[in-house]
Amino acid sequence: MENNNQYAIETQALSIHYGNFTAIKNVNIKVEKQKITAIIGPSGCGKSTLLRAFNRMNDFVSGCSVTGEIFLHGQNLYGKDVDPVEVRRKIGMVFQKPNPFPKSIYENIAWGARINGFKGKMDELVENSLRHAALWDEVKDKLQESAYALSGGQQQRLCIARTIAIQPEIILMDEPASALDPISTLRIEELMQELKKNYTIIIVTHNMQQAARASDFTAMMMIDDQRAGGVIEFDDTKKYSLAHLINAPKITSQADLVKADKEHRL
Amino acid sequence: MQNHFPENEAFYKALSKRYGIATVWQILFLSALLLAILSLTALIYNVIDGAFGYIAYEYKNDPSEFTSTPINELTKEELLTILKNNLSTGAYKKLDNEQAMSTRSQADLLNLFLERLIQIDTKQTWSMTESILKGEKIRQETKTNYPEARIEFRSWLTPQFLVSPMSSKAEFAGVRTAVLGSLWLVGIAIAFALPIGTGAAVYLQEYAPKNWLTSIIQTNINNLAGVPSIVYGMLGLAVFVRWLEPFTSGSMFGITDTNGRTILSAGLTMGILVLPLIIINAQEAIKAVPDSLRQASFGVGATRWQTVWHHVLPNALPGILTGSILALSRALGETAPLIVVGASTFISVDPDGPFSKFTALPIQIYQWTTRAQSEFHAIAASGIIVLLVLLLTLNATAILLRNRFKQKY
Repeated sequence: MENNNQYAIETQALSIHYGNFTAIKNVNIKVEKQKITAIIGPSGCGKSTLLRAFNRMNDFVSGCSVTGEIFLHGQNLYGKDVDPVEVRRKIGMVFQKPNPFPKSIYENIAWGARINGFKGKMDELVENSLRHAALWDEVKDKLQESAYALSGGQQQRLCIARTIAIQPEIILMDEPASALDPISTLRIEELMQELKKNYTIIIVTHNMQQAARASDFTAMMMIDDQRAGGVIEFDDTKKYSLAHLINAPKITSQADLVKADKEHRL
Repeated sequence: MQNHFPENEAFYKALSKRYGIATVWQILFLSALLLAILSLTALIYNVIDGAFGYIAYEYKNDPSEFTSTPINELTKEELLTILKNNLSTGAYKKLDNEQAMSTRSQADLLNLFLERLIQIDTKQTWSMTESILKGEKIRQETKTNYPEARIEFRSWLTPQFLVSPMSSKAEFAGVRTAVLGSLWLVGIAIAFALPIGTGAAVYLQEYAPKNWLTSIIQTNINNLAGVPSIVYGMLGLAVFVRWLEPFTSGSMFGITDTNGRTILSAGLTMGILVLPLIIINAQEAIKAVPDSLRQASFGVGATRWQTVWHHVLPNALPGILTGSILALSRALGETAPLIVVGASTFISVDPDGPFSKFTALPIQIYQWTTRAQSEFHAIAASGIIVLLVLLLTLNATAILLRNRFKQKY
């Protein structure tokens, strides 16, 4: 596989099995650098499974096996000599439910950097990460307080800050806004637009509207008659064939967002 | 559409029947609770009843033979002189060797005076209930049966009881040796079982693959928790007392005056006994740490060990501590394995290290209850109170510790 500069990561004939059950079959996608790629599809079609394959989080699921390849810089992430810890160092992840560590806000950011051997100035790193996650102004006076004292939306942005603190190349987001209220959702979406200047983002979402609003590319997944999920369509979000995605109303206010959410949430 | 549900009259009839059944069950549950409370109260009453009451005793030798001062006004110096003059040289030397006479307290010396020289002879004891309800009758009976006897209401649970070593006279016997023995035992058991148990639990939960081998191991650990304690006693006897004797007797370390029946053997046996409990509880505590936390940790590039050390263990610690409380309580109350491993029933020297001979509270209590004289039953009751208080104190300490760890975040 030659190293193509345009793409951050690509899959080749990727299939994922849980025991005898095939959850994902033959996925071939190329994710562009510094773009937001959304993975959409109905419940149980393997969106999260696919996402977790990118940073080998599926390794922890017992009975889960992977065939095919995922290439990062021309190197197969599932190759024999690849350490999953290194993969997760390069490909960060934000989860569906905000899951900050039960530590202080400061420590939430610093811990990941410290265990990865960060040698720079920790205070600076914490501040920069929080600034990039648009959280600094809200928490700068209470860095030593528990992360659990923050609201759900703030916690999720803290998790994003924690992820960018270790300076990954790619950030995976697994329905990052599904547990949040519309205001927090909007803030996360705005944040994603900021983040894509430096990072490649792959996001799983239930919400077609969110995909239409926030993503540059969209992968649509469906299950076949054996209940195995696969990507049936992968293209520029703007060219997307699903009519209601093209005709997505412009979101200018929160009322719009709530309305759009009600109408189009799958 | 046809309505298959009862209405009006029929509905209310059915409803009152449903309420009726509910009331019956509620009453049953309440009586179960009351029965439990009643049994507990009876237990506590029974123990306390034995620990206080009238005692009728005689002086074998009149105090006036030794001194003209009333017993209660004797000073330490006077007592020392009396003991020195009246005890045989050998007996005095022996006491002096156990603890230098001049360093002993006045109360201690007074006890020696009463025990060795005056020689109190207990004629009869009564329980608290008897003493309160039939006080006058007891006095009169005593007067006719033992005209010489003095009678007084005493608590068998005294500060003296707590700090005195074992004695062949119930009036002067105490639980110090036994309490120290029990604390040593529990200490060794926990020091042995807590790290090993937690380690095993971490391995089983975080590292071990889920296959037939681990599930067999898991089942066996669960079963081991229910194995009768006497079996552990036999194991301890075979392994620690006999097989590892050079180690457990201390002869490996140059200690020569003991055999394998030491505190160390007993403590390790107790450790093995509580190990399955600690493993199971630690596993539950580790299971209770949410997976999202592990994922968060792996997600920022942590290794398995960093995840376990920084996130899983700190968050499971309160649960692991709770488990060790349970284990500790079990070890404190266990008697059978200690008898098999070879606890001494009569020992008046404090344990001074892992290689000493020992006794433990439950053993001491058991030994007292087997004696015929009623005064020993009274100190057995006091011993039980000490055991219960010790248990409660240990539990309370552990709960405080647990809450401290919990409050961190």
